[in-house]
Amino acid sequence: MRGAKSAKWVVGAAVIALAATACSSSDDSGDKDKGSSTKASSSSDGIVRAWWGDPQNPLEPANTNEVQGGKVLDMIFMNLKEYDPKTGKAMLEAADSITTTDQQNFTIKVKPDLKFSDGTPVTAKSFVDAWNYGALVTNKQLNAYFFADIDGYDAVHPSDDENAKPTAQTMSGLKVVDDHTFTVKLKQKFSTWPDRLGYKAFAPLPTEFFTNHAAYLAKPIGDGPYMVESYTKGTSMKLVPNPNYTGPSKPKNKGVLLKVYTSDETAYADLQSGNLDVLDTIPPADLPHVKDDLDGRYLNQPAGIIQTFSFPMYEKAWSKPGMEKVRLGISMAIDRKTITDKIFQGTRTPATDLTSPVLGAAGGFSTTLAGDAVTYDPIKAKQLIQEGGGLPGGHMTIGYNADSPHKDWVDAVCNSINNALGDNKACVGAPTGTFADFRNQITKQQMKQPFRSGWQMDYPLIDDFITPLYATGGSSNDSKYSNPQVDSLINQANAEGDTAKSVALYQQAEKLILNDMPIVPLWYQNGEAGWSARVSNVTENAFSVPVFTDITVNG
Amino acid sequence: MPENTDAAILDGVPPTTQDGTALPQDTRDKARSLWTDAWYDLRRNPVFYISSLVILFLVFISIWPGAIAHTDPLQCDLINSQNGPSGGHWFGFDQQGCDVYSRTVHGARNSVEVGLLSTVGVALLGSVLGGLAGYFGGWLDAILSRVSDIFFGIPILLGGVVFLSAFKGGSVSIVSTFIILLGWPQLARIARGAVITAKEQDYVLAAKALGAGHGRLLLRHIAPNALAPVIVWSTIALGTFISLEATLSFLGVGLKPPAVSWGIDISSASEQIRNAPHMLLFPAGALSITVLAFILLGDAVRDALDPKLR
Amino acid sequence: MGRYVIRRLLQMVPVFIGTTLLIFVMVYGLGDPVAAMFGDRTPDPATAAQIRHDLHLNDPLIQQYWIYMSGIFHGDFGKASTGQPVSELLKSAYPVTLKLTIVAFVIEAVIGVALGLFAGMRRGRFLDTGVLAITLLVVSIPTFVTGYVLQYLVGVKWGIVKPSVGDGAPFNQLIMPGLVLAGVSLAYVARLTRTSVAENSRADYLRTAVAKGLPRRRVITNHMLRNSLIPVVTFLGTDIGNLMAGALVTERIFNIHGVGYQVYQGIVHNNPPTVVGFVTVLVIVFLVANLLVDLLYAVLDPRIRYA
Repeated sequence: MRGAKSAKWVVGAAVIALAATACSSSDDSGDKDKGSSTKASSSSDGIVRAWWGDPQNPLEPANTNEVQGGKVLDMIFMNLKEYDPKTGKAMLEAADSITTTDQQNFTIKVKPDLKFSDGTPVTAKSFVDAWNYGALVTNKQLNAYFFADIDGYDAVHPSDDENAKPTAQTMSGLKVVDDHTFTVKLKQKFSTWPDRLGYKAFAPLPTEFFTNHAAYLAKPIGDGPYMVESYTKGTSMKLVPNPNYTGPSKPKNKGVLLKVYTSDETAYADLQSGNLDVLDTIPPADLPHVKDDLDGRYLNQPAGIIQTFSFPMYEKAWSKPGMEKVRLGISMAIDRKTITDKIFQGTRTPATDLTSPVLGAAGGFSTTLAGDAVTYDPIKAKQLIQEGGGLPGGHMTIGYNADSPHKDWVDAVCNSINNALGDNKACVGAPTGTFADFRNQITKQQMKQPFRSGWQMDYPLIDDFITPLYATGGSSNDSKYSNPQVDSLINQANAEGDTAKSVALYQQAEKLILNDMPIVPLWYQNGEAGWSARVSNVTENAFSVPVFTDITVNG
Repeated sequence: MPENTDAAILDGVPPTTQDGTALPQDTRDKARSLWTDAWYDLRRNPVFYISSLVILFLVFISIWPGAIAHTDPLQCDLINSQNGPSGGHWFGFDQQGCDVYSRTVHGARNSVEVGLLSTVGVALLGSVLGGLAGYFGGWLDAILSRVSDIFFGIPILLGGVVFLSAFKGGSVSIVSTFIILLGWPQLARIARGAVITAKEQDYVLAAKALGAGHGRLLLRHIAPNALAPVIVWSTIALGTFISLEATLSFLGVGLKPPAVSWGIDISSASEQIRNAPHMLLFPAGALSITVLAFILLGDAVRDALDPKLR
Repeated sequence: MGRYVIRRLLQMVPVFIGTTLLIFVMVYGLGDPVAAMFGDRTPDPATAAQIRHDLHLNDPLIQQYWIYMSGIFHGDFGKASTGQPVSELLKSAYPVTLKLTIVAFVIEAVIGVALGLFAGMRRGRFLDTGVLAITLLVVSIPTFVTGYVLQYLVGVKWGIVKPSVGDGAPFNQLIMPGLVLAGVSLAYVARLTRTSVAENSRADYLRTAVAKGLPRRRVITNHMLRNSLIPVVTFLGTDIGNLMAGALVTERIFNIHGVGYQVYQGIVHNNPPTVVGFVTVLVIVFLVANLLVDLLYAVLDPRIRYA
């Protein structure tokens, strides 16, 4: 009888355990209902189902610095200028005109009759308020530095001291003239500044953003081609055409359903079996057979991303005189062609300068600028490294974060260097567990050895590939490279009113940088996309994001 | 079952002199404890010899991998990437263009070391703590069990990044220590359960009534009867620990590159399973054979310890 | 026995405090999460300082822990790195993971015990060798491969089921992921059962039962299986938590936004509220499961008593 009695207790304890989970399971049914409203995947509803990664930040324009959040902002906002998806050129969209006489004071006229998706008007104030919000340090916007060229930025965003309080709430350089006109005064001359305005940090914001911030975050409102119909954080977002949008990129479909996936491999399986329409990241292991799997519904084109690894120029061992030969030798010991073929299946292109093919020759891209410095020559490489005194301590490592797939290419680069040097242990990869830890080591200058780096452009201009990375104190100058000649060329280029002359100055700076080789250019990353037989007209812009407005749903 | 009063537990070491086959059956019966019995049984089991030979061979190539593999496992040429088996390279090449055969042979050392160290560590720590908790019960059980509950909850990635990063670069012993630290609770639970069952058996109660002390009860009467699930669990765990090392390495906190191990090669081959299945076949096969050898050895030892099988 | 259960439930309190503190310290040990928020850019010092201040990162560890704990008592589990409240994540992730766990658990318990029973009764025969082969296979082939291959064949090539699990994770879509998740545990269960059955099949009470003329079925289920199950039940008890926490690979392959996935996100973004919240619930699951197992001992073996 003991058994029967103890069984009662087992049941009792089980009931308690179930009670503990009861609240969560009752919510479950609620979630399911929410899910089915956003599901909408029947074949004739004209909705494009696309892959999405969970945005890392709230969907505020000045606070979004990664592609997945940017994807949505691109769809729901129209900026003063927008980048043409084909040429990458900045074209006027929400702005009627942007004029200047001195490259420092700009007058911006906003098109009349523009409306946000909630029906409120888009005015000069929508822009000025948005920019002031983005710049103010207490709003903690990650992209605040985009406004740093505007006069009065230092008062709203003091950066000399961590604890400094802002002395103003708005930037003195921004002035609303009338409903549709405002003026911008920059700190100094900057001829290409208006071309930056296509970056989403410069988007206008509706009144609701300031009056009911929580409601905005739950369902963002913008003035772009699409509007958010429903948003289940972490799962999916459904976007439908914005009836108030009058711009040039009217959607050619009835909406887009962005689905958050836990991995690219799953998304790829869903794409093959027709449960997903557009996937803009193909798992590397599937690249060899992607064209067969998808019957050629695959694109692979240049994007504004360059991949590199950086030397810690703050470390004597790597920066002392003579080491420039070693750094150059290391660059020449890397067989970029074979690595891009075998590891990346042609989705990367060996680098020939420090920019990106999306700039075009007129924009400053060059296939010859780096010349021998990036040409594989194992014999010369070994010779240069020996002349420079060899690797510091006889060996080197390349640091990377292990939570992203970098291991394969880092190992391949190291093997290439090892083969050139005839020493199988000269170079090895050095993984760090998480990206957060990796970035901390870099920003605190704890990296004693080279580490992987990369740059995705904010806007398709050569200055974006040079200034942040190589100017002294540049916002992403992780190797702490500094060359006064380069700095002065960059300043001249920024002030130059003529684009061709400005580009030539930047290229001069580029040559100087390549002589010093603080960063080894590896390859340009391409944009990729695969799509289902259900949709057509899938293209990507220079930022490797699908042009959703152009996609059509078949039959 | 033969209850020998004097032959101590330490007699696990085979008394080779008296135990020769020439000795008559009856004299041996008198002097044998359970453990010497087991040793006697083992030596008549062909499975024991086969599995021991495989394990000896593994130990041999762990110490002298160069004896059967002449290529450097770190000599990799990307041109050969993913090339299949061929005349000079029977196992083909991996993603980086390294020789799979050489890497499989050279990977044995790290894998077998991590597997054995972790398994032995977990088995000792887990069965001692679990056994004591199960035998004494009460507050000791409460504390040990609740501590293991907390350890159960620690995610491997979190524990790995925090613990292993603190040591800056993993060696076999550090990685094994970490696996032991996270691995012991499950075995402790199993050992505890087995001891709780065994301590209520009639012969244990009888021995207790005869005045046997805790140590004697635990080691002579309870341990042999509670050992079976521990052995079964450990032999399978050996294989999973070898794979776990790869998980840690791929998280960037395991063995320091350019370490070669089966686990690392199995993981990198997994991603390429549709493109180059041969990359997975050989390291995974080596792991299978190792686990098989230990499972068979474990079975043989367990059978030898079971008096009812005689 | 009632007092025993109550005592065990009371022990949850120190375990709860111990776990939250330990995990909090560990996530804290991962380092400063702020630099990573800026991506590949050097953080703007003023903005970074503001964010650190808001996350209480400048306070001493013990004070941060206190702020977190007092939040919990007001029903506030803190926010994930994406700004989503952790309580929302818990509500959406746990039910899905619980379903997956139930599927995997049923598979490993039913199939595992059945396989182990037959293998143990007929040692050395075909089925016994089969169990050994399955064990070797699941131990040496990573979950990623079994998951990927199954998904590709069943989901993509033959199109029998959807390759990924849809909204709400209905049970029928969880069979394939459950099978993949259960793999290694199934091997443990089958082999533990096999050994235990083989050992007990020669026990005296079994001979008595057979001699009494009891039907074979009853001998097997009532006498042999019941007494063989203690190590298996122990393993299964510890495995519930493992299945819930360790499903990361399976969850990623089949697009299940469950506990493993959320904990991983929390760790990668150094976010204490996410990790502490999820792990604490997990530890409570462990505690309850282990209590149930201890109570089951007494059911399976009447000789075991609890004061």
